[in-house]
Amino acid sequence: MSEFTASETPESIAPPPAGFSFENVKRNAAISASGTTGAYTQAKAMKTGTTIVGTIFKGGVVLGADTRATGDTTVCDKNCEKIHYMAPNIYCCGAGTAADTEKTTELIASQLELLRMSTKTQSRIVTACTLLKRMLFRYQGHVSAALVLGGCDINGPHVYQIYPHGSTGKLPYTTMGSGSLAAMSVFESEWKEDMTEDEAKGLVERAITAGIFNDLGSGSNCDTCVIRMDGSIQMNRGALKENPVEPLRDAIKRSDRFNFPRGTTAVLSTEFVAHKTKGLSLDDVDVVTMDTN
Amino acid sequence: MSILEYNGAAIIAMAGKNCVGIAADTRLGVQAQTVACDFKKVFKMGDKLFVGLAGLASDVQTLDQLLTFRKNLYELKEEREMKPKVFSAMLSSILYEKRFGPYFAEPVVAGLDDDGKPFLSAMDLIGAPVYTDDFVVSGTCTGNLYGMCETLYKPDLEPDDLFETLAQALLASVDRDALSGWGGVVHIITKEGVTSRELKGRQD
Repeated sequence: MSEFTASETPESIAPPPAGFSFENVKRNAAISASGTTGAYTQAKAMKTGTTIVGTIFKGGVVLGADTRATGDTTVCDKNCEKIHYMAPNIYCCGAGTAADTEKTTELIASQLELLRMSTKTQSRIVTACTLLKRMLFRYQGHVSAALVLGGCDINGPHVYQIYPHGSTGKLPYTTMGSGSLAAMSVFESEWKEDMTEDEAKGLVERAITAGIFNDLGSGSNCDTCVIRMDGSIQMNRGALKENPVEPLRDAIKRSDRFNFPRGTTAVLSTEFVAHKTKGLSLDDVDVVTMDTN
Repeated sequence: MSILEYNGAAIIAMAGKNCVGIAADTRLGVQAQTVACDFKKVFKMGDKLFVGLAGLASDVQTLDQLLTFRKNLYELKEEREMKPKVFSAMLSSILYEKRFGPYFAEPVVAGLDDDGKPFLSAMDLIGAPVYTDDFVVSGTCTGNLYGMCETLYKPDLEPDDLFETLAQALLASVDRDALSGWGGVVHIITKEGVTSRELKGRQD
């Protein structure tokens, strides 16, 4: 900030207050009611019809997720990140409305960071779980985030499941999302106590793969995240890539009809605007050498 | 019918080699009735930053004004330009703030970052972001747009070839959608500047 910047922001241009804004609610209700051919349908938000899982093993936890995001039946994102950062020792998988899972975990992650700064201690998984469930319970399920929270703290490795209405469960292994049944069938038949890291990672990958192939809402790759008791983290984006896009794209024998020669498209007008250069450079002024006599 | 389909729109953003392009149709309709053929849906937010807004026309214009205001405020306070990544995060927050009474608009952000690398993102109406390195689409014919982009997209297109690809993808998509079309615009953003072209499209 320079001397030209006001030290205090005038109230008229101050950022809006924190929390949700309900400014448009009445307007939107009026729009919904005013449809000439019946009421307008609710606009569709993007969902992560998801498979997410979490399990503990001997020395930590493994979280897993698929990477598909859907809007109605269209695949909106073929490689999205569903394992969100909460704290250096805690990560959280999200299923449900994409914006809700993204923003809820983001919000609680920053609350945890502030808490760490004031208490100067490592965040605990219960703390993250409590903050998340209070937030979700406050909104009575309207913030539709179904979460699998996992991490390691002084009390050991923990996995929690959190439902959109705010109920939680502390479990050795859990699955959530539309692919939870497929994934749980793998866990129920193969899970055992005190697995090694490799066993746990393999099990999580198989559970997610069951979701990817048997649930239409889940797809693309399998991401995993290992959080160990020694404090180390291993984030595996694309731990398993069973549906790669590249070979499909390379296999397309491109007809020459798809390589448009320049000038194919009929253009009515063309305008080029060069970027404005920032400030003055030596090219803009006549440099006069200083008289040093 | 969803209120997002009240006015009609088709927007694509696509990455090329050290360049990005953003294309949109120009129709403004009231359901099946066409009202204007020169409606602006793509807005310049900075030298190397554009945003396309598809959805309810009044919210498109409201959001354009709000985004310009918030971006200018940031640049006055911070004394630096807003990067595409930051702009996208700000837009996402603005939309999510209105989670329970949203603006009816689905945005597409296209820009070049500091080292000239393409940046693309798209959002749903409550701000769930999608980041890709190939293309993003939005509007009333996303199925058509996805189909055309999946077919025509090639990595590392030169600016002039990116223009042809974008224009053809847009025109073919809107010709199978009753709610969008009536001409189009394509902006190609390079390190040097922005080339904007008006397209000749079917008027039916």
